[in-house]
Amino acid sequence: MSATVFGSQVKRREDPRFITGRGRYTDDVQLPGMLYAAILRSPHAHARIASIDTSKAAQLPGVVRVYTGADLQDRMGTIPTAWLPPESDIKTVAHPALAVDTVRYVGDGVAMVVATDRYTARDALDQIHVRYEVLQAVAEQELAMAPGAPQLHADAPNNIAFHWKVGNATDEVFAQAEVVVRHRIRQQRLVPNPMEPRASAAQYDPSTGELTVWVTSQNPHIHRFILSGVLGVPEHKLRVVATDVGGGFGAKIAVYPDEALVGFAARDLGRPVKWTEDRREHFLATTHGRDQVEDIELAGTRDGTLTAIRVKALANMGAYLSTAAPGVPTILFGLIVPGPYQIPYAGADVYGVFTNTTPTDAYRGAGRPEATYLLERMVDLFAREIGMDPVEVRRKNLIPKDAFPYHNAMGLEYDSGDYHRALNRALEMAGYADFRARQQQLRAAGRYVGVGCTTYVEICGLGPSQVAGAVGFQGGLWESSTVRVHPSGKVTVFTGASPHGQGEETTFAQIVASKLHIPVEDIEVIHGDTARIAMGWGTYGSRTTPVGGSALAVATDRVIEKAKKIAAHMLEVSEADVEFVDGSFQAKGAPQRRASFQDVTLQAYLAWNLPAGVEPGLEASAFYDPANFTYSFGTHLCMVEVDAETGDVTIDRYIAVDDCGRVINPMIAEGQVHGGIVQGIGQALYEGAVYDDQAQLLTGTWMDYAMPKARFFPNFETAFTETPSPHNPLGVKGIGETGTIAATPTVVNAVLDALAPFGVREIPMPLTPQRVWQAIQNGREAE
Amino acid sequence: MGDLRSSVQVPVTVLVNGRSYTVDVEPRLLLVHLLRDVLGLTGTHIGCDTSQCGACTVLVDGKAVKSCTMLAVQADGCSVTTIEGIGSVENLHPVQEGFWEKHGLQCGFCTPGVIMAAADLLRQHPNPTDEEIREGLEGVICRCTGYQNIVRAVRYAAERMQSADGEVEVAATAGLDRGEGSQGGATS
Repeated sequence: MSATVFGSQVKRREDPRFITGRGRYTDDVQLPGMLYAAILRSPHAHARIASIDTSKAAQLPGVVRVYTGADLQDRMGTIPTAWLPPESDIKTVAHPALAVDTVRYVGDGVAMVVATDRYTARDALDQIHVRYEVLQAVAEQELAMAPGAPQLHADAPNNIAFHWKVGNATDEVFAQAEVVVRHRIRQQRLVPNPMEPRASAAQYDPSTGELTVWVTSQNPHIHRFILSGVLGVPEHKLRVVATDVGGGFGAKIAVYPDEALVGFAARDLGRPVKWTEDRREHFLATTHGRDQVEDIELAGTRDGTLTAIRVKALANMGAYLSTAAPGVPTILFGLIVPGPYQIPYAGADVYGVFTNTTPTDAYRGAGRPEATYLLERMVDLFAREIGMDPVEVRRKNLIPKDAFPYHNAMGLEYDSGDYHRALNRALEMAGYADFRARQQQLRAAGRYVGVGCTTYVEICGLGPSQVAGAVGFQGGLWESSTVRVHPSGKVTVFTGASPHGQGEETTFAQIVASKLHIPVEDIEVIHGDTARIAMGWGTYGSRTTPVGGSALAVATDRVIEKAKKIAAHMLEVSEADVEFVDGSFQAKGAPQRRASFQDVTLQAYLAWNLPAGVEPGLEASAFYDPANFTYSFGTHLCMVEVDAETGDVTIDRYIAVDDCGRVINPMIAEGQVHGGIVQGIGQALYEGAVYDDQAQLLTGTWMDYAMPKARFFPNFETAFTETPSPHNPLGVKGIGETGTIAATPTVVNAVLDALAPFGVREIPMPLTPQRVWQAIQNGREAE
Repeated sequence: MGDLRSSVQVPVTVLVNGRSYTVDVEPRLLLVHLLRDVLGLTGTHIGCDTSQCGACTVLVDGKAVKSCTMLAVQADGCSVTTIEGIGSVENLHPVQEGFWEKHGLQCGFCTPGVIMAAADLLRQHPNPTDEEIREGLEGVICRCTGYQNIVRAVRYAAERMQSADGEVEVAATAGLDRGEGSQGGATS
């Protein structure tokens, strides 16, 4: 069985607890004497705090303490930014956990109540009286940069947070080009909306000085790192636990004010404290994603060859720079703008802009969906301009498989790929040529069907630590793993990655099982607890398997290496003459001389007769720093029909061919693709955060913000090609974000293809029926 | 309002997963908070505050109800089945089994509510088409799975419940119609 565990459909090992209601999420933490926190949030987008009167709230029965920013400013640190892109003149501004004198977005924390139960804490918020002097606010990045705009931070003139440039595309390249297509795209703002709201619980032990913080985190060690500084609790006295986390999608990377406040209060009051946001708070106080305005130029020749692309992007950062935020519209966006095509010249010029809105940060794909969307939209516009089939333009420009490793115009080295294979497979599954023929017939009959295509490549497996440092990430991006083999041969695996739904308790067990030739049931994967795992960088950027999984593979190999030494001694042969075959150590050429894995593991601990120089025990760790990023790729195709009378879009078929290198568990990989596609389509057709001109969020609940539901979608048709990554021991790449990256342009391209007879070139996302209908009317009038 | 808030406590008797509880609660206490904070049944989750997501779905007298939108006092005298009571690891309800078999969950947070909603769907429509399953899950939101494997999971459960395996069918029916987690050890 062992030979097939890697690559086979193993049922998830984490599921029994989830399907029986025994998951352990942060809000499930219940401790004796626990108090509940609630946070008063600013109703104004920009205001001075003239006064805060907490006296009535403090007198309410059950209220233990009320804190304001003034109470805390000398007692805890501010929330820092942890990604500082180089040569970008970045202005890091201090974000106090509670506002001291100025609030800068609706949702900015103003006061915290700690009470004996949730309801009393909420009641007390209503008894806090804050007098605000309301200031002018600005929500749009272009308006924020304009002369006379309200200024958010004294040391960031014109609200410019940073300005970052990359690339080799010059004006001359475009001036000399045969064809240049120019276009403006709005990447609307999205709200990540994991199903589990953010939460934090904390407990302080004054006798040891230890503070334990349970938090909805994708990266508990980063939380420990930052909270240690903010709270002044040394790392060896601070434990951060994030065992079960109900989805993150980037929104649980950041370290937030509320999480620090809970830790502070637990220590200050000497009682456990818990805070859980409600969904409305999530909309206001948890980071948003995307939100760029982009002006793009794509150059090429009449025969369909792409020669240059450049983008000027204005990224809305919100009121403060969240933990990883500056890296998203720069490094994770700009460097991948040329995508999967051989485009010799490319450039990105990005302004990060402060506005009176909720801070933005990573949202599934983080920068790469934005880059892929603009590129794939531009390729379609270019194809239309030169009268060529958009699939043919892609085929002509895709990097050929013999060109790898391939250096793109921004200096990235794509590790491996066979882009044409994925494209051909998707076209075959879709019956593309037949569809084009049928499209003509249907149009003649007054029906508007369209097909959209995306060929993409993404940076994932973040990443080499040296590169992380060079691009300003204030941390490493290696990953750790420890493999602890018990005397009985059962195994506990510890990983510094922090999966929160992606299924690594299963796939990581598969990695170890395939190497040790033991059943996956004999392996337990531990994650999400800084007291049990030495260090790690967490789960984001499709890094868990390529980096964390590779760390695990290396550590497992080290275990086998040591076990071989012990086995050789037991079998009385030289180490070089021992081989590990199907779960047994055996002498080469004399397989009857063998010791089972369990024989060896037991001897490792009994230590009655170990070879000289070999310590007892059987455990190994690895700190794996990848040689490069990995580059997943693929082709997605979508077929839609648009009802020209109502503007309603129906997705008829969706085909996804993804290549994430070697697939460990096809069922789980497919699940990642499904979920990603739905989130990508969510951006294309349904979702969008809308602020009014006073920077009030108009879409602050799920009644106003359209979340994708089951009935919106057909069954997707998915397939994988496998092109191994050459530089990690498993040959794997990331799969967590591909669907989100590819699906948005695929669907929008399909809708615009359907509406080609009306001359429609652009509809701003989300493509709601009203917008689609309006675009059709405008097209009809233009005719 | 101040008086109503904490000084008034009313007794509520509910049968939860086959076990009777009588507790004094504030009249405004939501059923979901009774389950989670008072009874310690944390399998039922809260995903929103506007009745959109269905993560808090439980069965009240056999019918799916969003427990964030029902007061505990409204459940007085009712039988409530939560995810802890619909089946156990040793004896999974067919819907639970379907979710495991067909990878119908990822982060698991919406899962208890979706399982309860699906159980009620199958009570009303024992043999739904994929489209009917998708329509029938209108009241729940999942952010992870893209729904396709949830559809597969529900279809799997429908087939299991329709199959000749009478034991499964009886157990499932008992759990659904009576609102009592009759199969599992988690009920008392």
